[in-house]
Amino acid sequence: MTSPLEQKIKITGPVVVTANRVGDGAVVYRRADGGWTTALAAAAVATDAASAQALVKAAVADDLRAVGSYIAPVSLTRDGEIRPGNLRERIRLRGPTIDLPTMPNLSSVVAEEHHART
Amino acid sequence: MYVYDDFDRTLVAERVAEFRDQVARRLSGELTEDEFKPLRLMNGVYLQLHAYMLRTAIPYGTLSSTQLRMLAHVARRFDRGYGHFTTRQNIQYHWIKLEELPDAMAALASVGMHGMQTSGNCVRNITTDQWAGVAPDEIEDPRIWAELVRQHVTLHPEFSFLPRKFKIAVGSSSHDRAALRVHDLALRLHRNGAGEIGFEVMVGGGLGRTPFLAKTVKPFLHKRDVLSYVEAILRTYNEFGRRDNIYKARIKILVHELGAEAFAKEVETEWHAIKDGALALDPAGFAEIAARFRYPTYAQLDDSPPELAVARRADHRFDAWVDNAVANHKVPGYAIVTLSLKPEGGTPGDLTAEQMDAVADLAERYSFDEIRVGHEQNLALPHVAQHDLPALWRELDAIGVATPNVNLITDIISCPGLDYCGLANARSIPIAQEITRRFRNPELTRNLGRLHINISGCINACGHHHVGHIGILGVEKNGEEFYQITVGGKADENATLGALIGPAVPYAQVADVVEDIAAAYVELRQRPEELFIDTVKRIGVEPFRERVYATR
Repeated sequence: MTSPLEQKIKITGPVVVTANRVGDGAVVYRRADGGWTTALAAAAVATDAASAQALVKAAVADDLRAVGSYIAPVSLTRDGEIRPGNLRERIRLRGPTIDLPTMPNLSSVVAEEHHART
Repeated sequence: MYVYDDFDRTLVAERVAEFRDQVARRLSGELTEDEFKPLRLMNGVYLQLHAYMLRTAIPYGTLSSTQLRMLAHVARRFDRGYGHFTTRQNIQYHWIKLEELPDAMAALASVGMHGMQTSGNCVRNITTDQWAGVAPDEIEDPRIWAELVRQHVTLHPEFSFLPRKFKIAVGSSSHDRAALRVHDLALRLHRNGAGEIGFEVMVGGGLGRTPFLAKTVKPFLHKRDVLSYVEAILRTYNEFGRRDNIYKARIKILVHELGAEAFAKEVETEWHAIKDGALALDPAGFAEIAARFRYPTYAQLDDSPPELAVARRADHRFDAWVDNAVANHKVPGYAIVTLSLKPEGGTPGDLTAEQMDAVADLAERYSFDEIRVGHEQNLALPHVAQHDLPALWRELDAIGVATPNVNLITDIISCPGLDYCGLANARSIPIAQEITRRFRNPELTRNLGRLHINISGCINACGHHHVGHIGILGVEKNGEEFYQITVGGKADENATLGALIGPAVPYAQVADVVEDIAAAYVELRQRPEELFIDTVKRIGVEPFRERVYATR
């Protein structure tokens, strides 16, 4: 796979640089000050290829804190809110689009036995 | 159950210690991600959309209650309280933290479990029929042969860096419940004309972007030669398999490009050079492995006890569940019970920690402490006395694993899709959930009969869409989710790849299309007993294509 640094970057709109945090894999975004944040609102937004390239180059070099840095599209609302630019990024930001599994109501029999044991 | 020995325990414990050191070096910055990635993959650790994912092997789909409770503990302590059973007899945790992975692995290792060979370009965890050892139509327990092969290939230096991953399945029944033909290598125990038991050897199956069914390269292989023949196949693959193009690196491409006959000739040449050497079957070693698989001491019981008939007459829900989820056992008076992990609106294959604990308790009380995991993403209790079925059903029903939809249209195989997976182009789970809602009426699903829907969120085909009676493949078109629909695939002893019915449809129309296909089938079948897959075979794809696209 071509490294993000070797790819010819084409920007058709605003972008951010995103990755996963090394310690726990959480979705993070590159901030303008060189740090990382889990809040998309705090991400550095690039609107041209040169600044996107610079942002991702610095992010990839920060291998100790984040892994798999890449450029992701975003959209900006009129009041400047940053929103994910596609479904994949929406899911990365907000989590699965489905409810995570929960236990159905246990019958009293199983519940009592389980709790008695534990 | 398989009884682990000191060698197994030491191997797994040493791997945990090694990985703990590797994680520490990664977190300290001593290892870069490029250096660390192959090490984590050797232990089943992936990085997905939201977090790391830990894939843990469930050898031959066999679990003890103690092991299942440990899976529950890991889900609760290190993940978000649930696990996902996959199509290869694994469990995946989707929210694992790298910092905590060594402790999670140590917990798993305490019950003999690990993630070795669940990823990477090695021989992956070998799979079998989830009814191994209890199926009435079985010739021998295939797990013993699978374990023989597993012991030979685990950490084998020659096979640790294959051109690509290598999946082996072993079957032993007339009905294939292990999807043998979609594996890189499949071994099927059967009897030849002289009544001897040996293996049919099939090579070069696989799904993904270039699906192939495995070809038989040796119709009958004597048992004594199984290791040498597997070795010869792996060596041939290692020598000729492509390493220059990841999309052409699987053995299926090699078998296809060389031709099965030419491939088999290469294997035979290699095999004849080694077959009478150290790899010829050692009966004592084999007996030692066989002795590690312990079977319950069954009571002497009669089939169809009167109390079962009374209970069936008294409760139509119980009666419907027995019809659907209970299968014959090779021992009189016992049954194999499938636990559906496909409730209405649920995620196929997911189980909460509390459900795991409850199933473990039930297995202890009703199934000689044993649980099985099948590639259809359901569980089974393999040794249930038939007279216990009414009591067991009430408890399974209470924990949500007694939906009577086994092998029916809502018993959907689904990959995690874009909700979790970094490779996916489209979501799978919400599609499956919507279909289960559309077909929530049990009478409707029963009327449709056996009908398998398989869903994959990308071309890698973890959801086995090519071999679904109805296959659904998620693709991305201009940033939107679209789905290609196939019909006519199947993964059993008459395995077939499904045929595309037409252009991909948008996300919102997939469940409508499935309803259209189901309605067309009901109209087109010759009689109610004609299964969907047989109707497709008889009339082809065209009538379904017409029905689906007539108004689209």
